[in-house]
Amino acid sequence: MASRTKIGNISLGDLVLRYTSFLMAGSLIGIMAWIGVTMFRSAGESITKFGPGFITNRVWDPVREEFGALTFIYGTLVTSLIALVIAGLIGVGVAIFLNEIAAPKIKVTVSFLVELLAAIPSVVYGLWGIFILAPLLRNHIEPWLGKWFGFLPIFQGTPSGLDMLAGGLILAIMILPTVAAISREVIATVPIAQREAALALGATKWEMIRIAVLPYAKSGILGGIMLGLGRALGETMAVTMVIGNRPDILPSLFSPAYSMASVIANEFTEATYDLYLSALVEIGLILFAITFLLNALARLLVWSVARGPKGGHLH
Amino acid sequence: MFLTKRKVFTGIMAGVLALALAGCGAKAPAADTSKTPSEQPKAVVNEPSSKSVSLTGAGSSFVNPLMTQMVDKYHSKYSQLQVNYQSVGSGAGIKQISEQTIDFGATDGPMTDDQLSKAKGGKILQIPLSLGAVAVVYNLPNGPQELKMSSANLADIFLGKITKWNDPKIAADNSGVTLPDSAITVAHRSDGSGTSFIFTDYLSEVSADWKSKVGKGTSLNWPVGVGGKGNEGVAGVVKQTPGSIGYVELAYALQNKISYVTMMNKDGKWVLPSAKGASAAAAAAKIPDDMRVSIVNAPGADAYPIAGFVWGLVYQQQTDKDKGLGLVNFMEWAIHEGQDLGEPLHYAKLPDNLVTRIEAMLKSITFEGQALLK
Repeated sequence: MASRTKIGNISLGDLVLRYTSFLMAGSLIGIMAWIGVTMFRSAGESITKFGPGFITNRVWDPVREEFGALTFIYGTLVTSLIALVIAGLIGVGVAIFLNEIAAPKIKVTVSFLVELLAAIPSVVYGLWGIFILAPLLRNHIEPWLGKWFGFLPIFQGTPSGLDMLAGGLILAIMILPTVAAISREVIATVPIAQREAALALGATKWEMIRIAVLPYAKSGILGGIMLGLGRALGETMAVTMVIGNRPDILPSLFSPAYSMASVIANEFTEATYDLYLSALVEIGLILFAITFLLNALARLLVWSVARGPKGGHLH
Repeated sequence: MFLTKRKVFTGIMAGVLALALAGCGAKAPAADTSKTPSEQPKAVVNEPSSKSVSLTGAGSSFVNPLMTQMVDKYHSKYSQLQVNYQSVGSGAGIKQISEQTIDFGATDGPMTDDQLSKAKGGKILQIPLSLGAVAVVYNLPNGPQELKMSSANLADIFLGKITKWNDPKIAADNSGVTLPDSAITVAHRSDGSGTSFIFTDYLSEVSADWKSKVGKGTSLNWPVGVGGKGNEGVAGVVKQTPGSIGYVELAYALQNKISYVTMMNKDGKWVLPSAKGASAAAAAAKIPDDMRVSIVNAPGADAYPIAGFVWGLVYQQQTDKDKGLGLVNFMEWAIHEGQDLGEPLHYAKLPDNLVTRIEAMLKSITFEGQALLK
């Protein structure tokens, strides 16, 4: 120990580590602030012209220079919600299966396959969506849903296959690896002793999972789902290829819609006048704000869940 | 949670890297005049200066396949001139030439007076480089071999007034053909596009209703239908959805073997979309001296009604002699020899009467008051 260079009480290595890591963390905050300020300034023209009404206006008409974001906010939130519900259920199911049920060989294969999903470029998902998923939805799944659940407004109307349901499903598949991988790791950290205790008390496997595993892991699983949500909110290419790209607010999941990231990607290159460009940047700014808000909410949720009792109970 | 930490770290690094790259990209690519050794001039009329010059152009993605071929062919002939064309969209092309970050732009919707007045380098000339036709494509399973469509019906379909294929109005143009009793699904471009501009320019021309309710533009507030991203997106929707109708560039319809509609032109003749039909429309149209003209619904028996120009955007006063020389010579070549490259790609040739006028336009490009093209 005596041979190490020391400055005051701290070794030089620690000092270097401290400042380089500080610089790296600081740069992240710096970049975020920089992007935020730049976006705010570029959106200035639109913000002054439309004011807060931009968020509640449903019209998006580049020819008449009238812009509103509501339809895009709606499309983004609905598709992300669909994705969250589906990917959340399947992701946690996959994680439980891999940790508690699967034989080691299967575990390795399935984990590998799930993580492979994350490596597929989103445009490939989009193409698959147009050529496989959309016809499947239009010809089989949506007519079936309409037939049995048509009393619900969300399953009414003519099936088209290029709609909010397709957008939500594509997103679900895309965020599944994130949710599943994190849930798997979190569930794996649950102490074996806790499982054994539940089993020793006569619990079945499902009861053991419900009492001993899930309550212990729930804050981590929620965190994983929220990371997935982040990806769903910002996904552009795959969604735009299947969502129908129609700025409209309709209750049915069978109707086309539009998302915030998609409209920016679609119209940015041909935004021919300043106000138009500014309105698109403002959409980006709103997406930024929504992501921020949802993440803050998620944090709160994780904290409140983490503070709760660690164990479950049988009813 | 190890995975999460690693992901965050990777994220930071990716962010830093992306920013660094963006910083580089934001600057105008400076002309690299030292890269290739200058070659001895060849004895050809109107060849670019003997110094090696590299030009940067950006804009219309519609013209990109043709531009790529032109650039390649020209470079193999005159190796001292290197052209780098970026297919970033007409809107971006107009923005960049206005900001003088590129040497020339290309657009498939003409610049407006407002845009022209904002250009930082003075007067911009709009030089027709090529012509394209837009095909109306449809998908009717076991449908007719030929589907005829009047301009009024096309507008009504896209306005959402005609919603069924067996509407009497469509049937009136297609006697002897049984049309299905199925709903019409309209497909349009979701991304800003010159193809949309030409198409809606046409609808505005033939339908007062469309003009007042929707108008023309690269992105629009469509009354009905679903949006597909890019030509491939619209083609994908039409191919996958029975009962759909949409519009794509002619080359796209031909390459993908999608059925297309026979349109009625201004003279009341039924015409299929073709490069020749677009040329005929351009030859018949009255074209002003600044070349900003719409040739939709042009007169003439052979004219195809949904067609439009692609314009090159060039400053009249060049600020760099060698670049200016390279530019005018390349453009001059493009409107003559370069036109032949368009044929296999289904671009239409500029009509002869126009080429002489464009030549005069190119001769008005100057450097320090001296015409660059002799």
